Amino acid sequence: MITQIFIQSVLAFVMIGFVFNLAALHTWIERKQSALIQDRIGANRAWIVLPWKWAAPINWLLRPFNVLGLFHPIADAIKMFTKEDYVPPKGNKFLHTLAPCLSLFFALIGFAAIPFGNTIEIGGRVINLQVANMNVALLYIFAAASMGVYGVVLAGFSSNNNYAVLGSLRALSQMLSYEIAIGLTVMGIVMIYGSLDLQELVRSQGNYLWGWIPLWGIILQPVGFLTFLAAGIAETKRIPYDAPEGESEIIGYFLEYSGMKFGMFFFTDYLETIMIAALATTLFFGGWQVPYLNETGFQFPWGASIALAPLAVSLLQILSFVLKVLLFCWFLMTIRWTLPRFRYDQILKLGWKYLFPIALANVFVTAIVALVMR
Amino acid sequence: MIRTKVVSRPKLSFWERIYFPEIFRGVALTSKHFLKNLTLHLFHSIGLFRKVAAMVTIQYPEELWKLPFRSRTRHRLTKRADGSPRCVACMMCETVCPARCIYIVAEEHPDPNIEKRPKSFDIDLGKCVYCGFCVEACPEDAIRMDTKILDIAAYSREEMMLDMNELLNPSHKSGLK
Repeated sequence: MITQIFIQSVLAFVMIGFVFNLAALHTWIERKQSALIQDRIGANRAWIVLPWKWAAPINWLLRPFNVLGLFHPIADAIKMFTKEDYVPPKGNKFLHTLAPCLSLFFALIGFAAIPFGNTIEIGGRVINLQVANMNVALLYIFAAASMGVYGVVLAGFSSNNNYAVLGSLRALSQMLSYEIAIGLTVMGIVMIYGSLDLQELVRSQGNYLWGWIPLWGIILQPVGFLTFLAAGIAETKRIPYDAPEGESEIIGYFLEYSGMKFGMFFFTDYLETIMIAALATTLFFGGWQVPYLNETGFQFPWGASIALAPLAVSLLQILSFVLKVLLFCWFLMTIRWTLPRFRYDQILKLGWKYLFPIALANVFVTAIVALVMR
Repeated sequence: MIRTKVVSRPKLSFWERIYFPEIFRGVALTSKHFLKNLTLHLFHSIGLFRKVAAMVTIQYPEELWKLPFRSRTRHRLTKRADGSPRCVACMMCETVCPARCIYIVAEEHPDPNIEKRPKSFDIDLGKCVYCGFCVEACPEDAIRMDTKILDIAAYSREEMMLDMNELLNPSHKSGLK
């Protein structure tokens, strides 16, 4: 029992460490990627240079980090922590403090259900590389994701500011319009693989079509993938779906926030981006599956095979999951720096009049095809 | 009679209306810039293709923009061969100055062939509008605006005053004194 708790906490720490570091790195990715897209350099002025003579080799080692601007996340954190923590005098202090915590909490707990590798065997004990192995993982993640909007609503409500209330109202109606679509798009995947357990879903994506095309979700559900991505980006509340923030019209639900409380809202956006990236990987891109890799090693469809130790296989699978998530993060960032913001009514129209019917039709067609194939 | 002009909205084609192909076009454009600049930065870091710029940014305090030849920058007083100011304190620049930022006090020149020389020559950069009229007005080519110094900043109004010594020997190091 104690060992089980220990193992689960280690897994949780690994997952949280990965997610938090990736989210902090997202501030850097965002700056540098937008800079490259717009022919700029990006932030590169937060330098750490030790003043002593004997520290010259350390400075030499720090130099690439300095030049790349990798210390800017640290500078951001210092700034956020040392700024004044302002609560509006007529606002609700308790809810005002609770809101960012709720937002961050619900963005984080979803990651417990994401499998980042197959089972791994250490000392005769089989460890499932998933923080919480539950058979309703998918529903749990969507429940957590939609609870996250409470943080946004409370933020607007407790700030005693009309613009903030407007922002949270927009967030609410936006959530209603895409959450149904996102749930329906995933139903196609669930119907094909017949499970809500994410680990099971990933395992069943290890089969091959005609012996050589990996049967990933994207192959079976291309329309589902596109609608999932369109609705999933809305989940992150970032451009093009950033009507709740809408800096140029209303400042948004976090108008009255400063310091680390604002930082937590900011962090939540990045966490949700990573969540969507991880979900898209798990549902549509085979999760930790590496093409042609099974428990004993690579087995290529043309007959060649490479034998690998079980540990190496596990590491390769974890690496594949991480790479896929990073690739999706890059893609979501590209989308964010490509598209302009949708108007408020355009988001609702997109959610109710396009994504919802398309997702419904997708479920219908999938159901018929699945019935005929059976 | 009010005349109105009816401006019709641009008609979107079918492919533009369904928006998905446009997203791909946009992503292709941004990705093209991203990948091009990323490759160029990688090549620059190992010393290749330095001539091809990967960005349009100028790293300002370290790198300075190359100013056009005729740009008007901070003033300087030209010197004679012996190092004394060329200025004859004729007050032309002080008179023409629209901002009234030039203050000249004249005194007699020891050389009887030259009538006057400036005892003090101050320019208040806090008032100067960089119109260049003083340069145009000067009959002796004694004042010019070609130092290429642009970073003019100070913590007080007093520090914005340039005296004759500073004008004769403009220092590039600090913005002022």
